[in-house]
Amino acid sequence: MSMVFQEPGLLSGTQPIRTLRGSLWKVIRGQPSATIGAFILGSFIVLALLAPWVAPYGLHEQVGPVYGHPSWSHPLGLDDGGVDMVTLLMWGARISLVVGFAATFVSIVIGGTVGLLSGYLGGKTDSVLMRITDYFLAIPDVPLMIVVAAIWGPSLTHIIIVIGVLLWTGTARVVRAQVKSIRERVYVKRARSLGAGNVRIVVRHVLPQIAPLLIANTVLTIAVAIFDETALAFLGLGDPSRISLGKVIENAFQRTAITSGAWWAIVPPGAAVALLILSCSMIGRAMEDALNPRLKAAHLSARSFRLRPLVGRGKDAV
Amino acid sequence: MSSLLEVEELNVWFDLPHGGTLHAVQGVSFTLDRGERLGLVGESGCGKSTTVLGLLGLLPPSAELSGRVLLDGVDILAGGEESVRPHRWVDLAIVFQGAMNALNPVQTVQAQIAEALEVHGLASGRAARARVGELLESVGIPRERGERYPHEFSGGMRQRAAIAMALACNPSVLVADEPTTALDVMVQAQILELLDALCRDFGLALLLVTHDLPVVAQLCDRSAVMYAGEIVEHGPVDALFHDPRHPYTRLLFAATPDLHANGAPVSIPGAPPRLDRPLVGCPFHERCDRAFGRCTLERPLLRGLGGERAAACHLNDVPAGVV
Amino acid sequence: MSSNGRLLEVDDLVVHYPIPRGLFGSAARRPQQVVRAVDGISFSLERGELLALVGESGCGKTTTAQTVLRLVEPVSGRIAFDGTDITTLPNRALRPLRKRMQIIYQDPYESLDPRLSVRATIEEPLLIHHAGGSKRERAELARDALERVELTPPELFLGRYPHELSGGQRQRVAIAASIVLGPELLVADEPVSMLDVSVRAGVLALLDRLRKGGLGILMITHDLSTAARFADRIAVMYLGRIVEEGPAASIVDDPQHPYTKALLSVVPRRDPRERSRPQILKGEAPDAVRIPPGCRFHPRCPVAIPDCREIDPALEPAGSGHGHRAACILAG
Repeated sequence: MSMVFQEPGLLSGTQPIRTLRGSLWKVIRGQPSATIGAFILGSFIVLALLAPWVAPYGLHEQVGPVYGHPSWSHPLGLDDGGVDMVTLLMWGARISLVVGFAATFVSIVIGGTVGLLSGYLGGKTDSVLMRITDYFLAIPDVPLMIVVAAIWGPSLTHIIIVIGVLLWTGTARVVRAQVKSIRERVYVKRARSLGAGNVRIVVRHVLPQIAPLLIANTVLTIAVAIFDETALAFLGLGDPSRISLGKVIENAFQRTAITSGAWWAIVPPGAAVALLILSCSMIGRAMEDALNPRLKAAHLSARSFRLRPLVGRGKDAV
Repeated sequence: MSSLLEVEELNVWFDLPHGGTLHAVQGVSFTLDRGERLGLVGESGCGKSTTVLGLLGLLPPSAELSGRVLLDGVDILAGGEESVRPHRWVDLAIVFQGAMNALNPVQTVQAQIAEALEVHGLASGRAARARVGELLESVGIPRERGERYPHEFSGGMRQRAAIAMALACNPSVLVADEPTTALDVMVQAQILELLDALCRDFGLALLLVTHDLPVVAQLCDRSAVMYAGEIVEHGPVDALFHDPRHPYTRLLFAATPDLHANGAPVSIPGAPPRLDRPLVGCPFHERCDRAFGRCTLERPLLRGLGGERAAACHLNDVPAGVV
Repeated sequence: MSSNGRLLEVDDLVVHYPIPRGLFGSAARRPQQVVRAVDGISFSLERGELLALVGESGCGKTTTAQTVLRLVEPVSGRIAFDGTDITTLPNRALRPLRKRMQIIYQDPYESLDPRLSVRATIEEPLLIHHAGGSKRERAELARDALERVELTPPELFLGRYPHELSGGQRQRVAIAASIVLGPELLVADEPVSMLDVSVRAGVLALLDRLRKGGLGILMITHDLSTAARFADRIAVMYLGRIVEEGPAASIVDDPQHPYTKALLSVVPRRDPRERSRPQILKGEAPDAVRIPPGCRFHPRCPVAIPDCREIDPALEPAGSGHGHRAACILAG
């Protein structure tokens, strides 16, 4: 006789997500938007990684006239330097993704730490950290990035740091809220009453619980980081020695692509950025929705119950 | 004379998110007369709350119902939502489980009770306020307190307010789903006394849903015991305690501690069966201390035992040849 | 395991919670109000004894349970565990003592970390206190703990996760995790109130068996029937004080304090024929911020006399049982 019981009355067998890998995979497989997003993002990453070997032409190799039209050998035409657009896009995506991921990493580390300390320790630490967070939140991101990049000088590292340092506030808030709620859970109190120290509680009980939401937040942050980098590059503040998608667009703008009618110099890189951001957003949102248990309520509803017509009687009734 | 409320062969199936159905209520039938108190007893997952929600047509779209609910002889479920709605609150009112925590925090208690009157077109404005005052007094809340907000009320008072809300449209049947579960024993006693008085004074029929046997023993005349979605025994409360005819009834009483009884309460081993699979034999046979061969093969039907009693157990069958 | 002194001795314990005044309140220098959750209680617990702390919500029983384990800090008073004064012991010194005193909580669905397997949950206390030796020895202890809580065969449960267990099983796992270190004192905060009736008796019988094995249990409960059947002694709390205490049978059959009498009279009985005359008190207990003068129960007391408004009675011997005491000038 099996000793495993389903809680009587449990209508939906909602199982808590236990492994990190499991949760990510489950969401991507389950939600169509996430699947598409993951596919797009995955494709970009693969192409960007393999750019040095897979790109059809050289990055600085002039293979045709300025703003050459799209043709069979150059599906997306050529840019103002006669360089193949497809090659440019692959290399550009590389830099955009690198900055996106790196800046996000910085942001998650800062935001995660702040949120964790704030939520777990509470009291004065919480007040102080939250005031700092509010301060950063109140600063308009892009103008500050412009100022800092202009003063500090454009280099990839500087850009990454600037974006990361301005992006962490959202993560901090989300993490803080979750940590605060987990801290009050009975099993955490139990662990403390057992004599567990703070470090152990955080590592064993708190971090695993916030990890899924943190991942969702990370993915969404990547989207914003890519956007920020693109914006900065477009405004001429990007690293001049590296080509990112934003730089490609900026070049096209600066070098009269519009008046030349060379739409292929502007639209494809723009679309690429949009697709990257969109795919990250789709994955991130799908993860957030999946991790929010409250969205499954379905009690009283405007739609009514269904009635099955009686066909004869079942048992003898008294 | 027909009963005020007659439930016949009520069945509820829930669609499960990953396919399949859960047969939560399996052929439940019972009657309720004017002024009578019936206790629907069972543990978590037995289907008692689902039964009463089904009665009032308050189940979500994932639920499918069959059966008849006759109010004064008329089947109110037959036409779906359209035929149930006119009776909701006006004839059949319910105090939900946790109703005391479901009051709107940004409306005064008065306003919320008045809303019930307004929605059913029974009164509005000053007349409604006057009626609300009456209702509050009848549940033991001073009239003026109605102008306060729910958070200014204690738990017991909020429960009284929820009862007042249920009585707003003068129903003939009051369903109370676990009305005292979250309350202290003294407050529970107050609420039970209130329900008792209301039934007497207003001739209400009371359908009390609870897992707490002693509460039923104290307040109700009759009781129906539910297990795994069906009624396994029903009858006068006295008979159920002193002469149970279903092992689950007997064991449930034995598991309930009592202030002055001798001997320690005893658990029932095992757990209720899953309701998303078809059951073979008696749903209780795996946990029963007197199960025999037939119990594993054949599902017992609820059979009358005379004197308004019935039980679904093979042990009650008179062997052939014996008078 | 030393045997000097009682397992647990509490003397005149006071626990107050300040009510936050907010910026405006502080600026306006409003007097700091406190919730006097526990307002001077004294009791003791022996090894192998189950003391039930009963009372309605707000009486301070849960606060008492948590303070005894120093999960909440007292304002004044003395807590002695096995002869050692732990009232103001710093955390570092308290840690080794935590092996010997454990707590189980009310909610079996929240007590266990959903991400940890049963094995991990039970082994965690061993890891925290660096007890249990090697991995194999720890596994052995975990298996042993599961056997003691009657989740057998243990192998079947070690790999399971909380969501695969019923409420009663989860509570047993929580108990197993609490006893794996071999504690001498167990505080059980409403251990069965969230379990189905048919399951409660089994868990309580388990606690009873552990008690017979020498464990001292302080059980918090609002259910007088459970206390009557399973406790050796009962202490009734009201608004932060113990108003009556004594052997369970004595308290239930011969209550001395008016509050106890009223409480017992309204507990519903199983037998429909036993509908005793309930003495339903009016209203509800006042909040613990504004405690009435004199006897704190006098505003609701059905037999209060004028003196009750002046005198705040102490626990005095009353009734028939050994050690039966009540705080009422009219008792005894």
